Order: sequence, then structure tokens, then C-alpha cells
Amino acid sequence: MNHNQRDWEVHPPYLYPDYKSTVFRAPSKPLIPMKHTLSESTGPVYGQESVGKYDNDLTKNGIRNGEPLGERIVVSGRILDIDGRPIKNTLVEIWQANAAGRYIHKVDQHNAPLDPNFFGGGRCVTDENGRYTFMTIKPGAYPWGNHPNAWRPNHIHFSLFGSNITNRLVTQMYFPGDPLLQYDPIYQGVPEKARHLLVSQFDLSLTQPDFALGYNFDIVLRGHNATPFENQ
Amino acid sequence: MTQTPSQTVGPYFAYGLSPQQYLYNHTSIASGNLRTSNTQGEPITIKGRVLDGQGNAIPDAMIEIWQADAKGQYNPTDSDFKGFGRFGTGTDPEAQFIFQTIKPASVDGQAPHITVVVFMRGLLTHAYTRLYFSDETAENQKDIVLSTVPEERKNTLIAQRQETPEGIVYQWDIVMQGEQETVFFDV
Ligand SMILES: [Fe+2]
Repeated sequence: MNHNQRDWEVHPPYLYPDYKSTVFRAPSKPLIPMKHTLSESTGPVYGQESVGKYDNDLTKNGIRNGEPLGERIVVSGRILDIDGRPIKNTLVEIWQANAAGRYIHKVDQHNAPLDPNFFGGGRCVTDENGRYTFMTIKPGAYPWGNHPNAWRPNHIHFSLFGSNITNRLVTQMYFPGDPLLQYDPIYQGVPEKARHLLVSQFDLSLTQPDFALGYNFDIVLRGHNATPFENQ
Repeated sequence: MTQTPSQTVGPYFAYGLSPQQYLYNHTSIASGNLRTSNTQGEPITIKGRVLDGQGNAIPDAMIEIWQADAKGQYNPTDSDFKGFGRFGTGTDPEAQFIFQTIKPASVDGQAPHITVVVFMRGLLTHAYTRLYFSDETAENQKDIVLSTVPEERKNTLIAQRQETPEGIVYQWDIVMQGEQETVFFDV
């Protein structure tokens, strides 16, 4: 594998029939390999100016008339490249269900209550050490229509830019010990050896005494060592 | 280190990634409109649908584009053109993605093109493709990336230029599967 290619031994395949929506949406022809050009070694830059005051605090950014319900948690981690170097000043976007497992999204029909004080979306920019930190509410599990009695494990959606457009990553963070992981075809779609990389770790040092538990979730992106035409 | 695996964007990305387009009460970092009245270059609109293997338009896809400016520069320092757009297919009645941008100039001797990243429920890992322009036949013929694409599939990457009362529109559907499947790249 070239250093900067996508590692197909860790990313899920397009077609994974246990996850039914893949069946008519997965590309069926082989991908065509592309040598990186300037178009692939560049990417959008979103820094601190793209983040508002409470964007990294989901316990505050949706408040209307009180505190959101549920278990407060700190979610923090480092964004690293494939060589373990921190990716500084890069935008991290997240979205999630509320404590009852309900999304604010208009098409979420799950019969669980919305929380008038919880929006569920946030963003922040990594610091000098590549670290991001969110304060939020632990998301609930929710049912979905993939198969009878299907439930998504608790999870937070993450979206990352990294240092160029080939670093782009959308993923989901799970919680340690979740019994639903073994039944979830979205999680199980990841090759077995890499699944643990999507499970956050409980971290006592991130816990805020008398206030919130802490979970650490590090993310490794492909990095920025490709120079144009180096693969040719 | 090992790359963190990808997961689907799911059906509920809108309020997290594209809240303004979907009328949620939060700012967006990017939208379908990349230009201002000051942006140099030919104003164009790019429109299309994302079709599944049964020919149905997908209403919960998210399309991102990344492009150079009219001088062929990425991240130009001398203008406010960011070159990045993001649009969900859930707000248009025909499930189209719609980008208001400018036509990029050629970069590094390549034909003018736009990098396109495709996300949706049912896609566990995002897909990369490229959009080229139907009025750049000569440039397209010598493009180093297009030249790696089998002849009979090149048309899937070429947006068709149309002159309409609202201006120049490039029409380009993304087909996920089948005979007319869009070429996706291992980038
Ligand atoms: Fe979700």
C-alpha cells in the first residue's frame, strides 16, 4: 500500500449486504487508481474563524429554557496523521442523537422525546497538539429499519478535513462495552482487525469531577506527506 | 499508525454538516454557493442528481466539491474564493445538488476539473470522482487522469454545458451503480 492511499484493510467495503442500503448504492465497478496531483494534495482550510463561541459545547449551544437532559460527557482526542504527527488547527464537526436516542432531524420519526434544550451538532478546531474537546450529552441508542429489532449502538458522528481533500473522513465514535456493537452492520462492516479503532476509551483524566465523565477518541487521517506527482 | 475506518454519514447529517441549507438554527461552514459578485471567472451552476442502482434519485446524499479558481489556484490568497462547496440532496424537490460557482482554470496542465466527494446513507466509505467540462474537448483529450479511464466510461465524468435563461448550467448526474455507473477513483 502506498503511504497515502486509503487503506482498504481498515475501511469498510462499499457493498456490505447486511447493511441493506449498501445494496443499491455501492459502486459495483472497480475503483480506478489515481496518482495524486495538486488537486488531491490541497484541500479547504477551516480554522478558528469558522467556530462560534459555544460550538464545542453541546450542553450549551441548544439551550432555550434550561439544561439538556442526560449524562454529561467530555469527548476529547487527538487528530493524527499516519506517522503520528498531530494535525493542528483542523476543523472537527460532530452530530448526534439526544439522550433519548432522538435526532432533531426532521425525518427522524423515532418515537422518543426531543429535548428542547439540545441541538446535537457542534464543531471545534484542534489545538497545537492536534487535540479537540467537546462537552456533550451521552447519545441514546435508537431503532432503525435495517432488519427486525435493529438498534444503532450509542454513537457520535464525526467529520474531519485534515490537511488535504484525500484526508477527508466521516466516521462514527462508539462507546466501550456497548452490547449493541456485535449486532450493528454499520460497525460490523469495518474489517474485524480495525473495529476497535472506532470505540472510544473511558478516560478518568478527562473526567471533570462532580460534573462529567470523559471519553478519549483519537483519529488517524492519511496525512500530508504526499507531494504532487511523487507517485509517478 | 492505522487509519481510522470510515463510517456512513447516515440519514441525519443535515443539521450537523449543512444546517443552513436545511433551515436549522445553526451556521454552516460551507454551502452550494461558492462565489460572490466579486469572484473572478465565468459564473456557472452545476446541477445533477445522484442515482441508485434502480435509477431512483437519492434524496439523502451529501456532495462536496473542491476546485481551483479562475487562475488555476487552490486556496488563493488574493481573493475570498474558498473553492469548497457542500450541498445535501434533501432540499430540492427533484433531489438535485446545486452549486453556484465559477469555472476553474486548468491546474498543472490538467484539463479544468472539480474534485467531487460523495457521501450518503448506505455508503460506508465516501467515494471520490471528478467533474470535467463538455466544452473542453481538446483539454480533456490530453488530461492525465481522464486518460486512465476506459474510453466508454469517460462520458460519465463530463458535465454537459447548457445555456439557459439563468446562465450557464452544467448538468451532471452521479450514477452509483450499473451500465452508466460514474467512474469513482481510488484516490
Ligand atoms: Fe446516527
